Amino acid sequence: MKALRNYLDKIKPNFEEGGKLHWLHSTYDAFETFLFVPNITSRSGVHIHDARDSKRTMIIVVIALIPALLVGMYNVGLQHYMAIGQQASIWDMFLFGLLAMLPQLVVSYVVGLGIEFAIAQARKEEVAEGFLVSGILIPMILPVDTPLWMIAVATAFSVIFAKEVFGGTGYNVFNVALITRAFLFFSYPSKMSGDQVWVRTSDTFGVGGGNVVDSYSGATPLGQLATSEAANFSEFTFQGITGQSLSISDMFFGFIPGSMGEVSTFAIILGAILLIATGVGSWKTMLSVFLGGAVAIVITNLFAQNALMDMPMHYHFLLGGFAFGAVFMATDPVTSSRTEKGKWIYGFFIGLLAVAIRVFNPGYPEGMMLAILFMNAFAPLIDFYVVDANIKRRLKRVATAKTANE
Amino acid sequence: MANRIKIKKGLQIPLLGESELTARGTVTSEFVRICPEDYPGVAPKLAVKVDDTVKAGSPLFYEKKHPEMVFVSPVSGVVTEIERGERRRILNIVVKADGTEEYIDFGKKSVASLSPEEVKKAILEAGLWFAIRQRPYDIVAVPNKQPRDIFVTGFDSSPLAPSYDFILEGQEADLQAGLDALAKLTAGNVYLSISSKTTNPALRQAKNAVITEFDGPHPAGNVGVQVNHLKPVNRGEVVWTLNALNVAMIGRVFNKGVADLTRTVALTGSEIKEKGYYNMLIGTELSSIFEGNVTEGISLRYISGNPLTGRKIEKNGVLRAYDAQVTVIPEGDDVHEAFGWASFSPKRYSAGGTYLQLKKKYRLDARMLGGPRAIIVSNEYDKVFPMDIFPEQLIKSTLAFNIEKMEQLGIYEVAPEDFALCEFVDTSKLELQRIIRTGLDMLRKEME
Repeated sequence: MKALRNYLDKIKPNFEEGGKLHWLHSTYDAFETFLFVPNITSRSGVHIHDARDSKRTMIIVVIALIPALLVGMYNVGLQHYMAIGQQASIWDMFLFGLLAMLPQLVVSYVVGLGIEFAIAQARKEEVAEGFLVSGILIPMILPVDTPLWMIAVATAFSVIFAKEVFGGTGYNVFNVALITRAFLFFSYPSKMSGDQVWVRTSDTFGVGGGNVVDSYSGATPLGQLATSEAANFSEFTFQGITGQSLSISDMFFGFIPGSMGEVSTFAIILGAILLIATGVGSWKTMLSVFLGGAVAIVITNLFAQNALMDMPMHYHFLLGGFAFGAVFMATDPVTSSRTEKGKWIYGFFIGLLAVAIRVFNPGYPEGMMLAILFMNAFAPLIDFYVVDANIKRRLKRVATAKTANE
Repeated sequence: MANRIKIKKGLQIPLLGESELTARGTVTSEFVRICPEDYPGVAPKLAVKVDDTVKAGSPLFYEKKHPEMVFVSPVSGVVTEIERGERRRILNIVVKADGTEEYIDFGKKSVASLSPEEVKKAILEAGLWFAIRQRPYDIVAVPNKQPRDIFVTGFDSSPLAPSYDFILEGQEADLQAGLDALAKLTAGNVYLSISSKTTNPALRQAKNAVITEFDGPHPAGNVGVQVNHLKPVNRGEVVWTLNALNVAMIGRVFNKGVADLTRTVALTGSEIKEKGYYNMLIGTELSSIFEGNVTEGISLRYISGNPLTGRKIEKNGVLRAYDAQVTVIPEGDDVHEAFGWASFSPKRYSAGGTYLQLKKKYRLDARMLGGPRAIIVSNEYDKVFPMDIFPEQLIKSTLAFNIEKMEQLGIYEVAPEDFALCEFVDTSKLELQRIIRTGLDMLRKEME
């Protein structure tokens, strides 16, 4: 490490003001602070600082996402080999998923971070770490067959128009990863929904070639239910891609078709435990999303008119992006309510709306994305009322103090 | 039995280097430096020239708008230098002590027989008025304004803080005289807050004051927190705040008849070898107590005050006006720590859950440990801010200098020190105390 440090010290002057590589200063700084804790000491105010910084915070979220990422990769392979009717080992399946996933991850990071580095340089600021999380979230919430160029376009759009025009990390109103998904959803609906996009049936870099079996159908469980003719839920069974019936454990561990990161509730729970234990994600938001969802589900179950309205609570929570959204999207501190009371309200309505959109608008079987984006817009309003209560209390105090003096 | 208020929010940073309760004698220095910058809200006008001879208690400078508010020399001697900075701002007034300790005699007075005006005059002319601060704005109190109440904190809860119990031993009569004097200056109450651990009977059984016991982590000892819990400041109201050490200093002027600016100072910090309590005058050069008494071979940060709110000083710096503590910690600018974001090092301390919490005392240095960012993490400040105020929203409105919002969110109730812990835990490494200080100064300019 010492040699590296010496090397960094040697090349540092090139990036300082007046150096010939000054236009890369933010980039240099990002790499230097990635390698070494900056040894800048405090100039005003407190002389000691907490060891937690923005990098630590973001890295915890990335670690929390890794179980879902790994299970997701495995599941991409599993669904693929099931679709082509071939036997494959766990490692083959994982490798297939890795190869399918890696290009998407690379594209998302290269495009997103590239823009972030350039803008940080233009603003003469340090590179904020926010995109480290967004960059991994983006491929995790997209169908596996999303073309790479679409990911590039959508990522660029969302980083520039959802984040940087608002001032960068910390100032954005909407969740960057969800804007990417929403952009693709409304621009290329055929690539983002239906029953052709959730399972990769073709080979990846020559790995896993084969022909799709006859009984294949790539619809997600929620998609199946949305298009089902069944009058109530008991007449309906969820099917896997080759027509086999899906068990609760398949849904819990994530062996179903769907966006890569969202399928495994088990892996998401592991991530949630880490986020809550470290205090990086708010348990209040997570819990209230499920509470809001539960209330909506109880109501729709009571007045059930079709199989979707009749779907029991545990299926709602296990399927689609509900758990993933609650744990990793709703808890984004920047776009969520920032007051503690506000978080309860914010989360509750996300859950409520997600279920409502799912059940009442079968055109969009996945309501979580829209529910979170919708509540992102309302979060400042919720905070406004929470803070306003404090302001009113203060004004009332003035009034009582005045009457007491008179 | 005193009322008891439990403070739940806050943080006791487990810092290495607490001072042991041992008196280590008196420290003097040839030159004494007084820094007008120490006194917030004061525009200094010089009362002396270079080569003037002064006694202990002679005015060195006064407040521009309130000439009766004087700031006096702690020693007798000769003014040798007036150090100025940018735009001729006065940095230091240097007095060379002649070693005779000749005090101006203001005359002993019994507080009970004095009128409020006489009490005020006695404190002002002895140059001790600076001990009284006011909210709003957290400045040296404006003498001609009537305070609604006066709040005195009887303990310091900040990291490595000096023990008021220990310092006030033997100053019981002065403390009581000070409280009696303050009681004359307000139509309201004098509130004295003590800790649940306070033992000194002069604090516990003080007369002429409403005593409340506070229990909980730092910032329970901050007077602003105590005001917020006892009787918050409303728009248009003025309260005065002090700490018990300064109350005793005010009491001394009545009991002894001289302006005695002696402080008992705790020498603390992980890099100090022999910790303990020293008596010295405000403005005394500290190099003699550092010499041979600090860790060698690494770069050090010397602080007059505690590590959260103190001022950075040089090794030959002086004891600043409001401090009863001097701290030395590692500077840290010679440390290159690799991959800090992935570190599990037991040397790193965090109040949150992103690092392992060990039951030990930490040796923290002055590094920022991260770059400045926009405010990202929520509910971080709230956890260490035990006031009925939304700190993040108040900071944002202060940055935007939206006066109406600042007022609504409680700017009149706060001082920079109340945000010290927020600044410590801040993931975004923002200079919150500076933001609030600047905001208060600008607001005052706007309102007056």
